Amino acid sequence: MGKQLNIFVENRPGRLKSITESLNKCNIDIRAFAIQDRGDYGLMKLIVDKPKEAQLALADLGFACALKDILAIKIDDKPGNLHRLTTALADNGINIVDAYGFVLQPHQLGVCCLEIENLKDTKAPEVVEEAGFAILNDDELYNM
Amino acid sequence: MEIPYFYREIETAPRAQIEKIQLQRLQEIIDCALQTPFYKRRLTKVGINCGKDLTTLEDLKKIPFTTKDDLRQNFPTGMLATSMSNVVRIHSSSGTTGVPTVIYFTADDLEKWTNLITRSIVATGATKDDIFQNMMTYGLFTGGLGLHYGAEKLGMTVIPIGGGNTARQLQFMQDFKTTVLHVTPSYLLHIHSKLEELGFSVDKLSLKKAFIGSEPHSERARKKIEELYHIDAYNSYGLSEMNGPGMAFECVYKDNMHIWEDAYIPEVIDPATGEVLPDGQEGEFIATNLIRKAMPLLRYRTRDLTHLIAEPCRCGRTHRRLSRIVGRTDDMLIINGVNVFPSQIEEVIMKIPEVGTNYLIQVEKAGALDKLIVKVEIYSKMFLGEAKQLDMLKGKIRDRLRASITINANIELHEPGTLPASEGKAKRVVDIRTEM
Repeated sequence: MGKQLNIFVENRPGRLKSITESLNKCNIDIRAFAIQDRGDYGLMKLIVDKPKEAQLALADLGFACALKDILAIKIDDKPGNLHRLTTALADNGINIVDAYGFVLQPHQLGVCCLEIENLKDTKAPEVVEEAGFAILNDDELYNM
Repeated sequence: MEIPYFYREIETAPRAQIEKIQLQRLQEIIDCALQTPFYKRRLTKVGINCGKDLTTLEDLKKIPFTTKDDLRQNFPTGMLATSMSNVVRIHSSSGTTGVPTVIYFTADDLEKWTNLITRSIVATGATKDDIFQNMMTYGLFTGGLGLHYGAEKLGMTVIPIGGGNTARQLQFMQDFKTTVLHVTPSYLLHIHSKLEELGFSVDKLSLKKAFIGSEPHSERARKKIEELYHIDAYNSYGLSEMNGPGMAFECVYKDNMHIWEDAYIPEVIDPATGEVLPDGQEGEFIATNLIRKAMPLLRYRTRDLTHLIAEPCRCGRTHRRLSRIVGRTDDMLIINGVNVFPSQIEEVIMKIPEVGTNYLIQVEKAGALDKLIVKVEIYSKMFLGEAKQLDMLKGKIRDRLRASITINANIELHEPGTLPASEGKAKRVVDIRTEM
């Protein structure tokens, strides 16, 4: 299952910069990112080519960060597709904690990254696949 | 156990007798105090024109508190109650934070003080056969000379080595088979870390006891000293304004410090209101010196926080005990009328595993009210990468603080290593109410 790096960041100037600076120094390629805002602080969520290395580099700088399992789901960029996915999850009582999506060029492939509540205790991967979606494997995710 | 006493009759006197001595000495010391312009003004204002105007110990409460500021304002001789020719010794604080405070002794005052120190030493079980290495600074500081004369009076073999020079300290301990030390706990712990490097070993020393004091320390520090050196460590309390050491000392049972009540009247007050608190309740320690006629100090605000223990001690002494000093009133914050010590907040947050080592306590104004902000760092090893965990952590800290200090604090979470490191208390508390 794909790993996403979640980093605790205070909401003040320069904090994101120190993350990108450190990752840049370690030649880590950021594939996707999002920020979950909580007011005074937030979580920066990163998909990178080398998740473990990125985590160690940031931990060295003192950042509190953790690798989280996520579902990165391929979705054809067509109306109604996301609705189909969310319906399948909802019907199975699976709770999405956080989510973001993007469309990869030039193939118009949609990717939806989902953080699922208590992922390990759910059948989320099976539910997603039964609904006709493919989950990106680690290689695909880190090198998309 | 055979309990050693220096002056058994007084040390085990019934309360009524102790109080009789206190009243008689208080009356005498008031007469001395009235010789100083400062106390003449203060005491006549509350209707006290001679010692006999106090007819019971309750009357002590009529006397206003004396503060360190009073000492400074009356520097150098405004509180001297006798002529300088009767003074045989002066001690003084360093004055690094302002005007120094100075105290005066007549020969008789010194003798009484020395007797209290001898009494304290005897209470620990030390005897004239002990070799006493006095590692406190000599000079204006009361700790060095105070214990020195008390130990000599008992007949101990005194090594007046003073502070510092670790190698020489250890050499003397070894060469003279020192059995008793008088030292600050931090220095004694420091010496242990150097011991091997300097070619010494605890097993080759003859140490039995250490008198530790003159700085705040935890019970854990005492236990550590006892384990590292295989000795008994006894807590000592005194402050230079009140003479210095020999005010309160632990007996062989090491169960809090007997305050010599024939020489001092101890009280504990609520530092915010000045109200006298019952025994057992924590507050600011107030002391009245009954034996120093050259310079009486009445109801002196020590700014030390402690409580009094009235329950009898197994040693048979009837003088109440002073609990370990838990802090200074200087540290106390009053937030919307509630007294809060930073140590209470620290205790709460340090018990929460998701919180890192550094924190900052900030008090500011929000309209007419005070607002307490507690800033803590996330402990990176406990971070799961979930926003929900952080929200719950905030809630947990807020709830536990409310349970402990009855105040609703704003909790701020910070990245590891971004708050000031634990170098001293001052930096960890920011009160910006006065600046606004």
